[in-house]
Amino acid sequence: MNVTLLGPQRFRLSARTAIRNLPVDGPVAAINAGWQEREADDGELGDVLDGRMVNLQLFHRWEDALAADPEYAEASRHHNQVLDDQQSLYTLRLRHAVDAANEIWRRDDSIPLVGEALGNAIEEIRAIDRWHLDTVDRIEADFESTYHPHERLRVVEHRGEVAGLLGSAVALAITGGHVGVILKCLQLFVGPLPPTMPVVAWSAGAMALGEQIVLFNDNAVDGSRHAEVYRRGVGLFRHVVPLPHARRRLHLHDAVRVAGFARRFGGDCCLVLDDGAVVKLTEEGRCPPGAPVLTHEGVVATWEAA
Amino acid sequence: MRPSPGRKLAINRLRQRRGLDKAAIDRFLARRDAPIVEGLRCTFLWRGEADEVRVRHRVVGLPDPLQLRRVGDTDLWYVAIELPENSRVEYQFELVLAGETISFVNDPLNPRVAHSPMGSSSVCYGSGYRVPDWTQPDPEARPGELVDMPIRSLALRRTTTVTVYLPARFRRTVSYPLLIVHDGGDYLRYAAAKTVLDNLIHRLDMAEVVAAFIRPGNRLVEYANSAAHARFVAAELVPALEAELPLAGTARSRCLMGSSFGGIASMSTAVRYPEMFGSLLLESTSFVFTDIGDDHGGGPAFDPVVTFVNRYRARPTRLADRIFMSCGVYEPLSVGNRSMVSTLQSAGMELRYVEARDGHNWENWRDRLQEGLSWIFPGPQKFVYE
Repeated sequence: MNVTLLGPQRFRLSARTAIRNLPVDGPVAAINAGWQEREADDGELGDVLDGRMVNLQLFHRWEDALAADPEYAEASRHHNQVLDDQQSLYTLRLRHAVDAANEIWRRDDSIPLVGEALGNAIEEIRAIDRWHLDTVDRIEADFESTYHPHERLRVVEHRGEVAGLLGSAVALAITGGHVGVILKCLQLFVGPLPPTMPVVAWSAGAMALGEQIVLFNDNAVDGSRHAEVYRRGVGLFRHVVPLPHARRRLHLHDAVRVAGFARRFGGDCCLVLDDGAVVKLTEEGRCPPGAPVLTHEGVVATWEAA
Repeated sequence: MRPSPGRKLAINRLRQRRGLDKAAIDRFLARRDAPIVEGLRCTFLWRGEADEVRVRHRVVGLPDPLQLRRVGDTDLWYVAIELPENSRVEYQFELVLAGETISFVNDPLNPRVAHSPMGSSSVCYGSGYRVPDWTQPDPEARPGELVDMPIRSLALRRTTTVTVYLPARFRRTVSYPLLIVHDGGDYLRYAAAKTVLDNLIHRLDMAEVVAAFIRPGNRLVEYANSAAHARFVAAELVPALEAELPLAGTARSRCLMGSSFGGIASMSTAVRYPEMFGSLLLESTSFVFTDIGDDHGGGPAFDPVVTFVNRYRARPTRLADRIFMSCGVYEPLSVGNRSMVSTLQSAGMELRYVEARDGHNWENWRDRLQEGLSWIFPGPQKFVYE
């Protein structure tokens, strides 16, 4: 496995160097579906990818698949509504659980049982996260068994074209943007990636490739103060939770919040991907030693896992 | 401007000068904005001949009127008050000249003016207050469109014009949430509602919505717990809009919004049609009620409101899934609004309540829209990591 995760590219460009450092030469398949309507506006991206870009145009393909198949489009719309309802119920449960854990955390830890109560409160949050992912799995399975999205005629055509383009590429680059759109497009049009294909992904692109997608923004104007598990990701790598824009989106000065975040995801590496970050995962798809991560003590430090 | 500790206010330094003349006062005023805000102190100034000068305002906790004093034997008048950070205060002057009282005079030394259906008034920004940038036109934000739609209402026995906001890139293939705005004309005119919607949608702070800006006939009747108004909104307006536009058509996708009496109109409509609206956005709602006796202090126009709120407080019912409430801490209604928080929560609704150091006015309601609308209709911001 050759996976490189990058920080946001807006202010400090590291993608060009990452692509040039790949041990392969030839076309680079690109997924910028996260840009949605701006997907075709990819001139700058082509330059960043060293003039080797082959845009897979997954967002365009998704829109085309929906336009060509009204039954599937309507079913998708309803399916998304059901998923939104589930996300809403999940965040309702989550908010109270996280608030409870934070309140316990701020209690005097010399009081007997505070430590035990905290551990239990964090386990409760994890249980809610698991419940959410399991429920989403069930909703997705129901939808797939009813509507067979991968077998819809236009989807099959696009999957074939994408497979051909990927087959002739030597690497894959995935940009940031809307992480839900990236995930949807990857799931619908891209089959399992060749294990040897180098992948360079940044921001939302990096998030979509993990085991689970964690949304976070401590500064959200809509008042959603707690990180949410969104969906299972593609699962290209394991035990890594990418956190692009961490310094902009997380209150890293608040040790309780940071520690709560890190503990919630247990032994996973909560990987800080700020501007300029370049993190090459290990061959097993794990966080490499030295990568910047959130710790259980509530600070950003370097990863020292075995 | 924040004075250094122990430094006297500018007006006091001026007062201590000897031989104050017209030129000295001219220079003093030319160098400063009025009112003069120095940290947590604010000095109101009036220049001109008068027997008495007063500041009129509606800030709970401050004497009203605030009497100004003359600086020496000049024609400059002043009064200094405490003004907490991030405050925003609307005010006017009242003069007594040759036995005659002249009211509702805006501050000629202050170019900042706020508008409302009642006219304009001067505005003082306390230390730290900034007009939110998302309330100002942003050339990068694609503008939505406003379309007038006449609706013949049997409930109201009149034809009313609803102004419908369609977001930029409006598509008939999308199912939009619906926001119904009471006092819609005033929200558009005095609270920059279209600019706010354009900007919040552009910034991904709120979802793309269709908004219906409705206007009252006799406001004090239609908005004070009127069954006819509720029937118009729920049984005529919503079906008409959903027949005409690509709307999601579910309770959770519908929100009623209003301020002051418009908040009562929103809430009383939801009480009558509890399964119809998923959320309410209530700003400085006229929550006037009595716990004992019938002296509510609001005058006859509030009688039906008091009856409605008293009845609801006695038996709170679930009206919606979520309610966003805001109120200015300088308005008398803040007590009633705070009191209603626990009442509404007791009916099992998710409620968010915010306050600001502001009063019962349109710019306060404008400034709270980002928090309210992004909470009711969250935008895709949390999904986007560029």
